[in-house]
Amino acid sequence: MTRRRTIITAAILAGTLGLTACGTNREEGEGEGGGGTTAGACDTSKGTLIIGMVAPLSGGLSALGLGMRNSAQLAVDQANEACKVPGYELAFQAEDDQANPQVAGQAATKLASDENVVGVIGTLNSSTSQTVQPILKQEGIVQVSPANTGPALTLGENYATAPARPFDNYFRVSTTDLVQGPFAANYLVETAGKKAIAVIDDGKTYGANLAEQFAQQAQKKGAQIVAREKVGERDTDFSGVITTIRALNPDAVYYGGEYPVAGPLSAQLAAAGLNIPLMGGDGIVDATYVSLGGRPGDLATSVGAPAESLPSAKQFLDDYAAKNFTEEYSTYGALTYDATNVVIEALAKALANGDYSAERRADIVAAVQETNLQGASGEISFDEFGDTTNKVLTVYQVEGDSFAPVEGSTGAFEG
Amino acid sequence: MLSTLLSQIVNGLVTGALIGLIALGYTMVYGIIQLINFAHGEIFMIGSYGGLAMFTYLLPTAIQNQWYFALPLLLIAGAAVSVGVAVLMERFAYRPLRNAPRLAPLITALGVSVALQEAVRVFYPGATAALPFPKAFVEGTWEIPVPGGTVPLRWTGLLIIVVALVLTFALNTFVNNSRMGRAMRATSQDRDVARLMGIDPDRVIVLTFVLGAALAGVAGVLNGVDLGFTNIDLGFQNGIFAFTAAVLGGIGSIKGAVAGGFAIGLVKALGGQYLPGGTAYDYVWIFVVLIAVLVFRPQGFFGETERVRA
Repeated sequence: MTRRRTIITAAILAGTLGLTACGTNREEGEGEGGGGTTAGACDTSKGTLIIGMVAPLSGGLSALGLGMRNSAQLAVDQANEACKVPGYELAFQAEDDQANPQVAGQAATKLASDENVVGVIGTLNSSTSQTVQPILKQEGIVQVSPANTGPALTLGENYATAPARPFDNYFRVSTTDLVQGPFAANYLVETAGKKAIAVIDDGKTYGANLAEQFAQQAQKKGAQIVAREKVGERDTDFSGVITTIRALNPDAVYYGGEYPVAGPLSAQLAAAGLNIPLMGGDGIVDATYVSLGGRPGDLATSVGAPAESLPSAKQFLDDYAAKNFTEEYSTYGALTYDATNVVIEALAKALANGDYSAERRADIVAAVQETNLQGASGEISFDEFGDTTNKVLTVYQVEGDSFAPVEGSTGAFEG
Repeated sequence: MLSTLLSQIVNGLVTGALIGLIALGYTMVYGIIQLINFAHGEIFMIGSYGGLAMFTYLLPTAIQNQWYFALPLLLIAGAAVSVGVAVLMERFAYRPLRNAPRLAPLITALGVSVALQEAVRVFYPGATAALPFPKAFVEGTWEIPVPGGTVPLRWTGLLIIVVALVLTFALNTFVNNSRMGRAMRATSQDRDVARLMGIDPDRVIVLTFVLGAALAGVAGVLNGVDLGFTNIDLGFQNGIFAFTAAVLGGIGSIKGAVAGGFAIGLVKALGGQYLPGGTAYDYVWIFVVLIAVLVFRPQGFFGETERVRA
């Protein structure tokens, strides 16, 4: 008896599931069928094109990476709703690079092997872009990074003496460390009045370079660099470094690297009795920095003007909020949204005279080069190296449990 | 400068105490079944998540704010979760391979390590990135005055040193003086003869895993309290150092594991300060010392020379 009841229950369950499945299918079918006549739906008869992304969706930097993913998703969804690219539906494919250059290489290879990938947004880290660039170059796919700040990516290894663009398919909407490091130095030395600064970095492309650019400008402005130390990006215990610099009596610490190290480093500075502010670059601007130990008064610079202050970003912020993403848009949200729109605009322009095929990718690259877009982060166009012409930065300070822009600090770097 | 030297020694002792606590697990398991349990670092990591889960999901706010109630509960939770995972690991991953060639359990240990790390990443909410850990102890620093400056010692750092020494002493007493400890020593000397004497080797081996895991779980919670965060990759890193400490001190020896831990902590701190290359090369010196010790004294500080088995 019991057994039979079980069987009956199972049968009913199975039936219900089956019916539900049918129902879902039918609904989808209707949706597609009515697509041609419903107002607002687009002609997608020519197929689907893919906008890819390579960013850290897991691991220590995922707070930044997931904000990038959502922002790009938003731009793609909006383009589909507005029929930005006639005849095609746009799909968005985000690949995780775990902030690791090797994984980023695999992700880029996967995207590059797909004929329908028209452009790639990303990466977050300069070090991951170094492996992604040549892979996308082989297939001629345009890459637009919202976050890379390493100068060599657009200006070549000899960026200080003989700049030469290594990849003509690579663009970025963020300014470089050539600007960011010195901008931070000017603020810390001149505005905040710090004269004895300990400089620490994590030895990665981004961190080491940013710290170097900072140190040079800080010395130019008359500050003394009392220590130049390195830590590992996976270190958790910084007592050794802190003891070393403690003896040198610095009045500020500049850290080149990202928040997974910077947060604990700031906390351990205070624990060792060094109640001096830590300053960093755009890699530490996230609320996670504070939850990992960043203290009120800590400083950071980031690329662009704060999204909250820009009238042009208002729409982006509202739209992002309306989508109810689980994650915050974080530091690079507005820039990623813009980078994605750069690719979409260029795609529409390039496909205005002819259908897409992999050979048309060169036209997309050319169209990106010609970009002139009013984005959420401001005006966007590219110079002959693929760098943004918008060189604005902002200083942020920890207030409460997150970073807030310092009033009046937004500006371009001027010597 | 004296204050700098003493500060680095203090830093080294804190790091060393933590590593020593983890190293005990490596050394005991090796001593008894000659297995290098590479998953032991993950047991340490899981302990910290056990403590964190206790704090986040089980403790009422009133207790969360009182560290003298919260900390013991976190330590118990961390140790319990670590022990639970270690017992399951022993039962399902290692026991079936008890009589297999030694390479098989070693590879299994590596596999278990990856599996545990990924399991936490996937199943613990928010564990894809570092999670803040409650500061469930006296915050702040003891500024010890010395001629020419002060030596800062975090109260949490002091806690780690004290707990590590107390637990090591307790473990040593247990292994040397209790009946179960004698059974452990007998099993490590010769499992088959121990069985003839009426000892159940399986029980002894489980007990060994339990003790090692409890220490690792406690270390995981203490590390979280000290750092203020925890992360899934902490186990791998500290595991490597703890394994090195166990080898340095003489694998199989309880005293050796702790001595090795302190040696590694001191080499890291002092090497980073005084040797060329600075803190960027502090890990290098650890392994330089390891190689030097292995060349001149392959059995480590306190290790016995390998017994030849008939």
